[in-house]
Amino acid sequence: MAQQIIFFVLAAIIAIFSILAVTSKRIIRSATYLLFVLLATAGLYLLLGYNYLFAVQIAVYAGGVMVLFIFAILLTNKPGESLKTELPVRRVAAGVTAIAGLAFCAHVIYWNIAKVTTLVEKADLTPQQLGHTMMGTDKYQYLMPFETISILLLACIVGAIMIARKR
Amino acid sequence: MDILNNILAGQIPMELYLGVSLIMFFAGIYGFLSRRSMLMILISIELMLNAADINFVVFNRYLFPGQMEGFFFALFTIAIAACETAVAIAIIINIYRNLTSVEVGTLDQMKE
Repeated sequence: MAQQIIFFVLAAIIAIFSILAVTSKRIIRSATYLLFVLLATAGLYLLLGYNYLFAVQIAVYAGGVMVLFIFAILLTNKPGESLKTELPVRRVAAGVTAIAGLAFCAHVIYWNIAKVTTLVEKADLTPQQLGHTMMGTDKYQYLMPFETISILLLACIVGAIMIARKR
Repeated sequence: MDILNNILAGQIPMELYLGVSLIMFFAGIYGFLSRRSMLMILISIELMLNAADINFVVFNRYLFPGQMEGFFFALFTIAIAACETAVAIAIIINIYRNLTSVEVGTLDQMKE
């Protein structure tokens, strides 16, 4: 029963704060609401039994990405200034698009996924298993994507410095 | 009714997780289409990526609990999202330095 209560609290946090994040007038508030959404998502990962993903989500998103966002907002915004949105016509069009897509996908999910709701009890993902899968070269092991990601991170560091430095 | 029975029997059904990520994803789409500030658009993109991550993990956990493909996809998506945010924020700061504004409508001044 506790699991259900935690799930519904997290789901309510995600739903409310993700909508607030895209409708808020102040951008710093939007960033704060985004932080709440990311933390609640980390909670969902914990609820599903993936502890490592929980730690990664907290460290990378709530730690790294949010700091970048706050820096960028403080560097580019005048304090106390509220944001302009698009024209009302476009906002209505965006809302209609979002709600139509939401209704369509909800219909698809409800009619197709309702047949497969068996949750196997334990995810049993030990750190050894995780490390072997991440560092192995066999089938279904991920050394190659891991190294590709590290090259991508290096390129991203160099590129970000090149773009953002003063000439 | 099935959903209600599952909840009372002590299992959270899969479509509730998918519904949560659905709301998050379409909130992201609404923000992407209705905002002018590039930082707000970036926040919306983060919301959408995060919703996709939840979907990967939930599908892995419910449908293929013995395997780890969805888990690693989510892991690598988080890393790629961090890279993308860093580069995008560098670009936004550079644009702000040139135009003193981060609104999408002023971007076509970059041509001149």
